Amino acid sequence: MLPEVGHFFLILALTLAVLLTVVPMLGVYGGFARLLHSARPLALLTTLFVALAYLVLTVLFVNNDFSVVIVANHSNLSLPLIYKISAVWGGHEGSLLLWVLILALWTTAVALFSKQLPDDLVAQVLSVLGVVLIGFLLFSLLTSNPFLRSLPQIPMNGQDLNPLLQDVGMAIHPPMLYFGYVGFAVAFAFAIAALLRGDLDPAWVRWTRPWTIAAWSFLTLGIALGSWWAYYELGWGGWWFWDPVENASFMPWLMGTALIHSLAVTEKRGHFKSWSLLLAIFTFSLSLLGTFLVRSGVLTSVHAFAADPSRGLFILGFLVLIVGGSLTLFAFRAPKPSTSSGFSFFSREYFLLINNLLLVVATLTVLVGTLFPLIADFFGLGKYSVGPPYFNKLFVPLMLLLIVFLGIGPLLNWKRSQKRHWQTIIFLVLPLGALISAVGVLLFAYKLSLPALVAAGMAGWLVSSMLYDVYYKLRHQVFSFKSLTKLPLGFYVMQLAHVGLIVTAVGIAIVSYYDNKQDVKLSVGERVEISGYTFELEGLKDIRGPNYRADQGVVRVSQDDKLIAILKPEKRFYDSQRGNVMTEAAIDATLGRDLFVAMGEPLGEGAWALRIQYKPFLRFIWLGALIMALAGFLSIFDKRYRRHGTNA
Amino acid sequence: MAQTPKRWLLLLPACFFALLAGVFFNVLTTEEYDPHHVPSATVGGTFPEFSLPALGDGQLLTRDTIIGKPLLVNVWATWCISCRVEHGFLNKLAAEGVPIVGVNYKDDPTAASKWLEDLGDPYTQVIVDQDGTLGLDLGVYGAPETYFVDGKGVIQHKFTGVLTVDLWDTELKAIYASLLGH
Repeated sequence: MLPEVGHFFLILALTLAVLLTVVPMLGVYGGFARLLHSARPLALLTTLFVALAYLVLTVLFVNNDFSVVIVANHSNLSLPLIYKISAVWGGHEGSLLLWVLILALWTTAVALFSKQLPDDLVAQVLSVLGVVLIGFLLFSLLTSNPFLRSLPQIPMNGQDLNPLLQDVGMAIHPPMLYFGYVGFAVAFAFAIAALLRGDLDPAWVRWTRPWTIAAWSFLTLGIALGSWWAYYELGWGGWWFWDPVENASFMPWLMGTALIHSLAVTEKRGHFKSWSLLLAIFTFSLSLLGTFLVRSGVLTSVHAFAADPSRGLFILGFLVLIVGGSLTLFAFRAPKPSTSSGFSFFSREYFLLINNLLLVVATLTVLVGTLFPLIADFFGLGKYSVGPPYFNKLFVPLMLLLIVFLGIGPLLNWKRSQKRHWQTIIFLVLPLGALISAVGVLLFAYKLSLPALVAAGMAGWLVSSMLYDVYYKLRHQVFSFKSLTKLPLGFYVMQLAHVGLIVTAVGIAIVSYYDNKQDVKLSVGERVEISGYTFELEGLKDIRGPNYRADQGVVRVSQDDKLIAILKPEKRFYDSQRGNVMTEAAIDATLGRDLFVAMGEPLGEGAWALRIQYKPFLRFIWLGALIMALAGFLSIFDKRYRRHGTNA
Repeated sequence: MAQTPKRWLLLLPACFFALLAGVFFNVLTTEEYDPHHVPSATVGGTFPEFSLPALGDGQLLTRDTIIGKPLLVNVWATWCISCRVEHGFLNKLAAEGVPIVGVNYKDDPTAASKWLEDLGDPYTQVIVDQDGTLGLDLGVYGAPETYFVDGKGVIQHKFTGVLTVDLWDTELKAIYASLLGH
């Protein structure tokens, strides 16, 4: 009975979403002004029923109702409770419902925190979000019903959640990711509303910005969590694979980053209006495209859901409607771009434009690499797979260029900088910072290489830029800590986000060139030395978990006869999965380096193949992402947004 | 940026997207489209390279150690119920002198050894493919699967499902005989 109730809630939610789309628009265009006010209650009601449906599904998982197909496929009697709850989004149908729920929650947030906006604008924005909700609710109900039952034959037990997903990192990674790229729907809805109204008051930008930054911050966290999870759970020791599904979340991130910067110009200077609108459409379109790529099965990936052409066609149709529709709307309604006469080359506007172009080119690089196998196949060029070498070759120079401009841009004034000012920056301060930093590394690093020098140079370039920025802003005052507190919050969060970027970039540069990976054969009592650390296989154990058994290796790690850690990697065999073997790596992590041991194959006579890795600075990659996300969340508290009361 | 762009330029993103959507549509509606399909792993191709331990002694096996004469490569696992059904017939084939190399696919080696002790061992050698890497290169859909490989290492036929006496006598025996003739 309960599954049918859940199904019913979902149908009710769809009906309400249809009303949410139609009724407020009647209010705006049909002259029934009173109908405008229906938008907020309808948004709340839609969310309520989506949430109820989601709750029902969770209860079904917790109660082990194996008559429901997806419960039988993704859960199991012996699965721990927390993974029963996270198993809801372990498969396509459930994760789609989570997608819808999160979209509904964003819609509700807009409805609740938009008191200061004109009612007709809110009605339009919510109505656009209603269209997106309809699409995904229909998708769920028509092609991927989570409440489908397998009556009359009810399995006695479920097949269990994929062991890869039985992990805390994985349990929170999809919700974060969805909060991120679904959140771009808000900026999208504001952009569409602005186009429909033909009214491009920079005020819409001020309302859009915090929403976009919030979504971007969630996405940053989601991507970092995914990378962290892949690192310790897939057992390969890699942290980024340029896998189509990773790319699917990375493209909206890159475009979203461009959008945030473009919105800054539009808000403060009124330039780039149509560009910001276009980016808002692009960013959400890439989110939808990602959903399409992941769920239609057109591309293979370690993460992909089971392929089903009918699902693919449905999302494609929806994609055409939303993306095609909004781009066409843009073509006809976009405002005429302002001419560039308003600012010179050495202005913050121009450098933000360069930032935007670099980020858009980077996004296109990823897009082309991701879709190339598909396009090559279509034109009969044969089967291709585009690997990390392609991405690294194009992506690394783009990011280096971005960092070079990032050092200069924030120091420039809006509109135009004085010649002396920009010359001091470009020819003196930044090169000096880069030089000092590089020389420092030359003196203290134990092993030198070009990448280390480049990384140090980049860091020095940016750090000197930030310090000089503070100095320059306070040049007319006596320096004191009090004077530091006078600088606006927006200034600090911007610098913080850029610090996050450089921390990540340095981590990537160092770990990519200094990591040391070795596959070794060890018997109990044998040892091997890698990058100054001694790894000794002390013993092997047979252990039993709640729903698996495992071979566990006990590896003693020491450095100069001092014990560093006892690592216990496992090779797990899950009972219920059809032969699912899982490599559970053991990691000793400090900020400066990771030591990673994973069990390979048993080689007979008590010997095992072990994969041992030394990864310096790896944590910097995720630390940087955390800093960027934190900066994003902090920026929402900027007084500027609160003064208008739109985002308490 | 220097001049106001023409309005039709603004249609470019929409046109580009329409093209992309067309490609997607074509891909989705092409019936035989299968992203998992890797040409080199199909029938007519050579047996993939690998380097994996043998079940039991853990000695390293490679493509060269098993290729050289016509043989059957049977993909099996202890979690596969159909493999248990098939096992008796494999024992019979082995007794008749048909060389069969086993690929123990995504399995627990301890359980696999025990299985062979209990049910008999029809295999000349068993490759331990715990992570399914060889299975991926072979294009395994699911166990059991049997590949007919000739003396040069070319996969001449692939059979998915349980081998039975009837099937062997009606079609597969002839295929095996043709391998010997190659």
